[in-house]
Amino acid sequence: MNGTINIGGNIAIIGYGLSAIGPGVGIGLIFAAYINGVARQPEARGMLQSIAILGFALAEALAIFGLVLAFVFKTA
Amino acid sequence: MLGNLATAGGSGYQTPTTAEFYQPLWGDGPMALTRPSVVIMASVGLIAWWLIATTKQAAIVPSKGQWLTEGLYGFIRNGVARDIIGSKDFLRFVPLLFSMFVLILVNNLFGVIPPVQFPTMSRIGFPIALTAVVYVTYHFIGLKRVGPRAYFKNMVPGGLPGWIVPLIFALEVITFFVTRPLTLALRLFGNMFAGHLLLLLFITGGQYMIINGGIGLKIAGGGSFIMAFVLTIFEILIEFLQAYIFTLLAATYIAGSLADEH
Repeated sequence: MNGTINIGGNIAIIGYGLSAIGPGVGIGLIFAAYINGVARQPEARGMLQSIAILGFALAEALAIFGLVLAFVFKTA
Repeated sequence: MLGNLATAGGSGYQTPTTAEFYQPLWGDGPMALTRPSVVIMASVGLIAWWLIATTKQAAIVPSKGQWLTEGLYGFIRNGVARDIIGSKDFLRFVPLLFSMFVLILVNNLFGVIPPVQFPTMSRIGFPIALTAVVYVTYHFIGLKRVGPRAYFKNMVPGGLPGWIVPLIFALEVITFFVTRPLTLALRLFGNMFAGHLLLLLFITGGQYMIINGGIGLKIAGGGSFIMAFVLTIFEILIEFLQAYIFTLLAATYIAGSLADEH
C-alpha cells in the first residue's frame, strides 16, 4: 500500500445515510413511547400497537425516500 | 489482506446493482415477460387454490389449513378493518383489504422462499398498481358520500383562524393527492428492494470472500453468511410487517374518507 487512498463510490449514498438519521431517531422515540405505554398499562397493548406501527410507517417513509432518491440521482 | 480485495481491479468483487432486479424471461422492452410477473401470476393461482381448498369443506373443528386461513381473515376483519374503519360499514371493505393483505404477504414471502427468491414488490410497477386501487377507492367513496364541494371543504378542520385556512388547505390537498399514494407505493417498494439488495450483498460478498480471499477473508466470508441468515429472518419479519402496514394504511385512508369530520 502506498500513501494515497482511492475512495470510490457515490455522494448520493452519503445523502441516504444523512436522511436515515432523522427517521432512526423518530422510530426510536415512537417505540420508546410504545414500550412505556405498555409497561404502564399492559391492557392497552392492542390499541397502542396499531398506533405505534402506524407512526413507525410514517416515520420510515422519509428514510425510504432517501433510499429511492439515492438511486435516482446516482451518477455512476 | 484487505488490499487483495481492493487491488484486484477489474476482476474484483462487483457489488450488486439495480440491474439485478430486471430479469426478463421472454421478450424485451416494455412488453417483456419478466420474473416478477411470472411470480405474481403464480402467487394469484396459489392463493386462489389455497383459499378455496381450505374453506370448501369448512368444519366446526377446523383443519390446520382452515385454522390458518380463518386466523388471517379474522386478523384483517377484526384487527384492521373493524378497529380502523369502525363497526358501521367496515364489512364492505374487508374483501379488498383481505385480498390486498394476502397478495402482498405471499409475494413478499416469495422473496425468501428458495425456488422463487424474488420479491415481486421490488419492481416499482407492482406497488404502484396496488396503490392505484387504494387511491381510487378512497377518493371515490369520499366523493360519492359528500360530493366534491364538501369533500374538499372537509379537508380543513373547523375552527381555524381565517388567514391560516388557505395554507392548511394547500397542505391537505398535497397530502391527499401526492404524499399519500407516493409514500404508500414507495414504502412497500423501498423495503422489499433494500432488503433484497442487502441479502444479495451479504451472500455474493461472502461467496466472493470464501472463494478468492486468504484465510482471514475466508473466516470473514463465513461471518457474512451468518449475517445473511440473520438478515433473512429479519426480512421475514419485515415482509409480514409491510403487508400489515400497507393494509393498515389503506384502511386508515378509507376511514378518513368515511369520517364525518376531519
